[in-house]
Amino acid sequence: MKKYNNAPAKELTRQEAFVRAHKHYHNKISLCRTLIFILFLALWETAADLGWIDTFFFSSPSRVLLCFFELVTGKNLFLHIGITLAETLISFFLVILIGMAAATLLWYSSGISEVMEPYLVILNSLPKSALAPLFIVWLGTGTPTIIVAGASVAIFGSIISLYTGFRQVDSEKITLIYTLGGSKWNAFFKVVLPGSIPTILSTMKVNIGLALVGVIIGEFLAARRGLGYLIIYGSQVFQMHMVITSIILLCIIAMGLYQIIQWVEHYYKKRM
Amino acid sequence: MPEPLLQLKDICYSYHSLQMETPALSHVSFHIDTGEFVAIVGPSGCGKSTLLSIIAGLLLPEEGTIVFHNPDGSLHYPKIGYMLQRDHLLEWRTVYQNAILGLEINKMLTQKNTDRVLQLMKDYDLYKFKDKKPSELSGGMKQRAALIRTLALDPGLLLLDEPFSALDYQTRLTVSSDICRIIRKTGKTALLITHDLSEAISLADRIIILSRRPATVKFEVPIELSLPDDSPLASRNAPEFQYYFNLLWEALSDEKI
Repeated sequence: MKKYNNAPAKELTRQEAFVRAHKHYHNKISLCRTLIFILFLALWETAADLGWIDTFFFSSPSRVLLCFFELVTGKNLFLHIGITLAETLISFFLVILIGMAAATLLWYSSGISEVMEPYLVILNSLPKSALAPLFIVWLGTGTPTIIVAGASVAIFGSIISLYTGFRQVDSEKITLIYTLGGSKWNAFFKVVLPGSIPTILSTMKVNIGLALVGVIIGEFLAARRGLGYLIIYGSQVFQMHMVITSIILLCIIAMGLYQIIQWVEHYYKKRM
Repeated sequence: MPEPLLQLKDICYSYHSLQMETPALSHVSFHIDTGEFVAIVGPSGCGKSTLLSIIAGLLLPEEGTIVFHNPDGSLHYPKIGYMLQRDHLLEWRTVYQNAILGLEINKMLTQKNTDRVLQLMKDYDLYKFKDKKPSELSGGMKQRAALIRTLALDPGLLLLDEPFSALDYQTRLTVSSDICRIIRKTGKTALLITHDLSEAISLADRIIILSRRPATVKFEVPIELSLPDDSPLASRNAPEFQYYFNLLWEALSDEKI
């Protein structure tokens, strides 16, 4: 590593000095992040081993790891992960699809958007978990209910933020399309949609997390498979290792999904 | 005498709100001949942009008629090119993709038309920037790119809505003279709106002076400068320049409160 290089720092140009300082700062940030993580794990493990906390309730990193392997062999853990992931992705894409279609319609017709506004506001502020029991009665227990529950959490918020994003596009750019002889749809596809890609990406970032929240709520109530089911099942049989392992897996899934969209965003910005 | 390309008769237009009606244009009548470069000056907020929007077909006049006579005698509406105050180049497209935006919208992306756009870009020093993003261009280059986007559709009449007002003074002088040169070279009929009197005198063949809101045509002055060199920058040195300037200045001063 460069920063442990003890060679005399001779004649750095200002630019090199700046770059070095910048890198140094970012290395320090990464180091602190990693240290906190390791410290937390070490503290947790020590506390469990020395009996400061009861492992029956709080588990420990080594027991979580052990439980992970047990679940993989005994309970087909990857199936549960796969199901939660699939349900989350399906409801995420549903939200994007319906959200985009609805926001486009609202943008296209100011009449429709004015009529719909109060309904959207009410539906958006409603706690969506309250709807889950309804979905169970309507759709039964199983995948459809969970997907609908996942989508319901994110859908109204994303319609509102996509529509707001569409409306913030410079109206003179839309006039430009009209001066070139274009229609309202031309304005949408040439100006509004490409101009809203940053908004769409940031909405997606929020939605992927919300979809996961909704899917877990759905799995709590109406599933025989999935990580949400494992959490509920584990808590009912006092298998806290299983609960905590599932929660940690959820953390990793959430991080991974967010990272994928982050990459897409990064790729888009680089292309710009 | 050939018929004028564009004839406006008694155009009236008002803006409406729940509280009141605000008349913007009242019985505006004038004409533009083919190949002419006409400037419209008027006090700020007098409804000049409304007038252009009406000619461009973006607004419908409440009263009055607009007649176009195509030079080739055909009856179809001549295409109108409208250059807005700012360039509005789309940041996610390259300069070339911006230039062909109008062709794309009108489904006119033929080899002949795109070749013409590329030729225009070569003529006006933008060719080597064709794959760059608009943010990499200078203000003047952006304005030239916007003009090429407008010219790509081969309009019969060009409307220019203060196209230089967003530029700094120095760029403005060079860009306005550049764009004037391009327009004259292509033989386009053009209608320029401006509040800069020197710009109007140096660029136009004829100036139409509008009154305060509700705007109506006050009078028209044909501009004749005795200079062999017709470049807009040189024309500012013409002996008649000061005379026209004072004439317009007084006409507009009468209008202020």
